[in-house]
Amino acid sequence: MGIWWPASFGVLAEPIMTVRRMPWLPLAPDDFRRRCDVIDRMSAKRVGALRELANYELNDSQLLRLVRSLNKARAEEGDSPLQPFTLGLVSNTTTDFLAPALQGAGLRHGLALQTAIAPFGVTLQAAVSADFGVLPAKPDAILLALDFRAYFADYSLRDNDADIAVDGAIGQLRSLVTAFQTASRAAVLVQSIVAPPERLFGSFDRRQPGTPPWLAALFNKRLLDEILGPGVSLIDVEALATQIGLANWYDRSQYMTARLPFAAECVPLYAEHVVRVLGAIRGQGRKVLTLDLDNTLWGGVIGDDGIEGIRLGQGDPIGEAFLDVQRAALSLKRRGVLLAVCSKNDEAVALKAIREHPEMILREADFSAFQINWADKTTNLEILADRLSLGLDSFVFLDDSPFERDQVRKSAPKVLVPDLPSDPAAYARVLMTAGFFEAVTFSAEDRMRVDQYAANRRRETLAAQSRDISEFLQSLHMEATFTTGGKLGWSRFAQLINKSNQFNLTTRRYTEAEIMVMAADPSTLTMQVRLTDQFGDNGMIAALICRPENGDWVIDTWVMSCRVLGRGVEQAVLNRLVEEARAAGIRRLVGIYRPTERNGLVSEHYAKLGFASVSTGDGDRWTLDLADYGAREVPIVIKCDPDAF
Amino acid sequence: MNSDEVLARLTRVFRDVFDDDEIVISPATTARDVDGWNSLTNIRLMISIEVEFGIKFDVGEFQEYRSVGDLVAGIVRRAG
Repeated sequence: MGIWWPASFGVLAEPIMTVRRMPWLPLAPDDFRRRCDVIDRMSAKRVGALRELANYELNDSQLLRLVRSLNKARAEEGDSPLQPFTLGLVSNTTTDFLAPALQGAGLRHGLALQTAIAPFGVTLQAAVSADFGVLPAKPDAILLALDFRAYFADYSLRDNDADIAVDGAIGQLRSLVTAFQTASRAAVLVQSIVAPPERLFGSFDRRQPGTPPWLAALFNKRLLDEILGPGVSLIDVEALATQIGLANWYDRSQYMTARLPFAAECVPLYAEHVVRVLGAIRGQGRKVLTLDLDNTLWGGVIGDDGIEGIRLGQGDPIGEAFLDVQRAALSLKRRGVLLAVCSKNDEAVALKAIREHPEMILREADFSAFQINWADKTTNLEILADRLSLGLDSFVFLDDSPFERDQVRKSAPKVLVPDLPSDPAAYARVLMTAGFFEAVTFSAEDRMRVDQYAANRRRETLAAQSRDISEFLQSLHMEATFTTGGKLGWSRFAQLINKSNQFNLTTRRYTEAEIMVMAADPSTLTMQVRLTDQFGDNGMIAALICRPENGDWVIDTWVMSCRVLGRGVEQAVLNRLVEEARAAGIRRLVGIYRPTERNGLVSEHYAKLGFASVSTGDGDRWTLDLADYGAREVPIVIKCDPDAF
Repeated sequence: MNSDEVLARLTRVFRDVFDDDEIVISPATTARDVDGWNSLTNIRLMISIEVEFGIKFDVGEFQEYRSVGDLVAGIVRRAG
């Protein structure tokens, strides 16, 4: 061991070159600006190239440089492959540093982010007024970036009744949220608050009404209970600031010099947190965590060290580090993230360790798929994607080897590959702070997802044993439930609409708030479809929106989970849709197919269902005359109980 | 670290902050000599210098410097 402190002392005396706030991102290369210059001179595909540059940890100057190139590229070649997203931002403090950081983080998450920043005082009035004034006409989201000072500047112990001060703060926030929700269908984002580190009494502050920590705690509690809900999501600034450390977060000197609400060095991380939530609203969270084995799930190399030699388990600090990784993965599995293995190993040897090592937390049944062989990792990730019916853009790949990470990043840029430090004790934390699985809801479907994939494997086994497809479908004993309108299920509905890329006829994305407006509108049909079979509950597997147009119903949105393809569900849905349409006095359905890179699967969807093609400029249009339509047999029992949910 | 080394590293920071690879600074350089040096970029510059050299200026200190030469002397004093 030696004497540790003189060496540490020497290290501390060195200047800290770069403060690592996002260790899952690789450090920016030294020639970052030159790389931007090179992209500036490319003749096409600059936006995509810049997106790869956004996957480094960038400082303020680098973000500015990147955004300059991005804006130029977008102006000249459009937003593709990014999704446009307009964010209105209301703040009580200096926001000059925020715009480039938000745009850079947006690029990292595939969003072409347009920000419109309004000063606090002006916008409160503008929001309340009907014309919506300062902010863009149709924002996709509004961020109310209000901090502790916005509500409780210099408040400390001023009045006897501190509850009233919190009432006032919550009331102020509520009226802002309501004003924005009335004026637009944008998703609203609000922030938790955190008291500065200075203490009046000390630990007693928490108990004494009116002290800053007491005010912040009560405010955050009421924010959770009274403000958050459908269409109103949280940016947990309290958690972020606590992670950074309050004394670092609240930089007094920068506040005094330039009214910066929190330390400038934290702006890129703050922006990353905001954009993660925007991405989650757009359904961009990842679905699969793929894990390497040697030196990622356990210490050592199973092929060399053997089952007794690998480091895993308590009593050995290195073994504990890998327990931590396994615990993190298991907790992700419980919230619906699929686990998979992608490892260069002898399959029998590796599986034996997973099955028999006494300290393993993850066992064979926790994984949805394995690729253990000597082929390259990208090929194996592609096979996993195929087996799980998911795109590579649903994957996160955790591997301790810089070589493997680099290879996958280069050959499969859609896979998210976090950097890992040399210290395995940090692996779990890097994974769990990187925000790859950010979500704005947690539904029963999420909780069931891992079991649903396991049930799908049992269905595949049954299908292989059946003589023909109709015998198989009959033996599944499927039951479908249709729900139209109502108040429940809309967060899963929004999730389906935003996450489905393949079975998605129009790829129109709506926020939960927008969907709830449609659900309440009697002229618009919103239909949720749930499916169960003998292997279990598939949950909500289809979502449809129909709008009236000249006496027809136009099928604005039809998305379905790919897990239930080829089971007659489309036909059952159409049968039901026709019944609903007839009941509403509609004589014709109009289907639209808008081709994207991902939805070739459904290009013949309406043809297969008997619609007639009508060519127009707006994608492919198809019509179905209801007078001629006779419901076709489906191997599914239909249950229509609108009150069931 | 001597003044020349500080000036060389400082040049890199200036080029990053002002997004201009042509910038050349000398001890005599003042805010008037650099395009885009305003109150906002001044804060950006201050924070970037703090990160680059691993130092923290006292409040108001950075705003008191009148030339790059003053600044270099201040950094040498702090960074040792």
